[in-house]
Amino acid sequence: MELIDKISESLQKGEQEETARYTGEAIEQAVPVRQILDDGLIAGMTVVGQKFKNHDIFLPDVLMAAKAMYAGMDLLKPLMIKEDIPSRGKVVLGTVRGDLHDIGKNLVAIMLKGAGYEIIDLGNDVPAEKFVDTAMAEKAPIVGLSALLTTTMPVMKQVVDLIRKRGLTDTISVIIGGAPVSDKYAREIGADMYSFDGVNAVECVEKLMRKG
Amino acid sequence: MQSLLDRIRHGDIIVADGAMGTMLFRHGLPTDQCPESYNLSHPEILTSIASEYLNAGAEIIQTNTFGGSPLKLDKYDLDQQTEEINRRAVEIVRAVVDDRAYVSGSVGPSGRILIPYGETAPERIYESAQRQARALIEAGVDLICVETMTDITEATLNIKAIKSLSPDIPVMATMTFDRTPRGFFTMMGVTIEKAAQELEKAGAEIIGSNCGYGIEMMIKIALEFRAHTQRPLIIQANAGLPEIEDGQPVYKETPEFMAEKGRELVAAGVSIIGGCCGTTPEHIAAIRRMVDSLATDQ
Repeated sequence: MELIDKISESLQKGEQEETARYTGEAIEQAVPVRQILDDGLIAGMTVVGQKFKNHDIFLPDVLMAAKAMYAGMDLLKPLMIKEDIPSRGKVVLGTVRGDLHDIGKNLVAIMLKGAGYEIIDLGNDVPAEKFVDTAMAEKAPIVGLSALLTTTMPVMKQVVDLIRKRGLTDTISVIIGGAPVSDKYAREIGADMYSFDGVNAVECVEKLMRKG
Repeated sequence: MQSLLDRIRHGDIIVADGAMGTMLFRHGLPTDQCPESYNLSHPEILTSIASEYLNAGAEIIQTNTFGGSPLKLDKYDLDQQTEEINRRAVEIVRAVVDDRAYVSGSVGPSGRILIPYGETAPERIYESAQRQARALIEAGVDLICVETMTDITEATLNIKAIKSLSPDIPVMATMTFDRTPRGFFTMMGVTIEKAAQELEKAGAEIIGSNCGYGIEMMIKIALEFRAHTQRPLIIQANAGLPEIEDGQPVYKETPEFMAEKGRELVAAGVSIIGGCCGTTPEHIAAIRRMVDSLATDQ
């Protein structure tokens, strides 16, 4: 098996040490960083995402794969900075104010990182201003909002309204998600997109990035 | 009062209560606070909820302690008050029901993910579970319900922690399943067969499922449990899947619908029927009437 495929395979199995070792070997053999990232780590994570979507694997398997991905990423990051290889784009993520549930949001973060995006994770219980302030400061074109509680969903509207108020509608797009959230709700509050899971979040971000 | 397990052995169908969160909301409590903190700040509302469920005919009334483990309370910086919060919850329900119903100590997930998938060591879950269970048992619960679990290890750690304090206190343990094209799995990938085996092995006297779906899906879940265990079963269905109307969740399954479908739960061999999200005293009253009518039919 090609070294690059070994990276992808070990990532899919959630083997952190192996993923790091093969990534290290690829770096030593001067495989281009972009290729290690795209055909190794991102390719592996894409398979994991698809299997998760099809219910062939479950959250624990995704979390283990994510740890393996981070083990590989840690080795690649310094080289990406040195060689000035840009990420595919920045996304600000968080669970909205009043909501402490972060499993869904974390899953979205994993899938987006696994697709090569840079994630600024604000955690949970995040006020509307912080989403917008961070997106402005980081020049991130997309914010992703998560809510599990029906009672915290109105904070999503606050974020959309704040972006509008600051005249940033053309520079910052909003994706919302979470168990009680729907496409209809996204349209109601004027969010750009609704994402129903982590894999779909990647598709949404890709769509918005192309548009932008 | 005859013990719950004796009554189940005797073939009685026991009606449990319905949702707590839905009722707190109905009583107008703000939802950006820790729901368990209301045990200290709004005991009168919890008294009222317990009374409503008792009057509806529930024989198992749960305490407002779903998030009452120190690990969960820690998210609100309330872990220092674990003992007080849990003790008050039991006292409030006991004062309402006396010996007219069983007081069940509710224990929900910690919200943490265990090593190696997450960062939480099993010992921390076990200690957290023990601390909450000790407070519940000392305050005099009749049983403890470990519920809405998705990780089998966390569920069994909770059961073992309770049993380590009191081998005799009955434990109900329920998990929440999603339907996939490949069958039912919890979020963490646990099948019903695996849940039945492991919950039983850990020492839960009563096992089953709560939350996730409305009652029709729960009938399928009950039948699958029945195929894998001889233990008494408990089912607490949601009043359907929530739909959002004007920013508020609306659960559409009516009391009559749930009660009628509840007959199929009885036929599937379920011993305890209650409700989860979206169910109200009206749902429980309808289920009560259905169960009573079964007794008369015999």
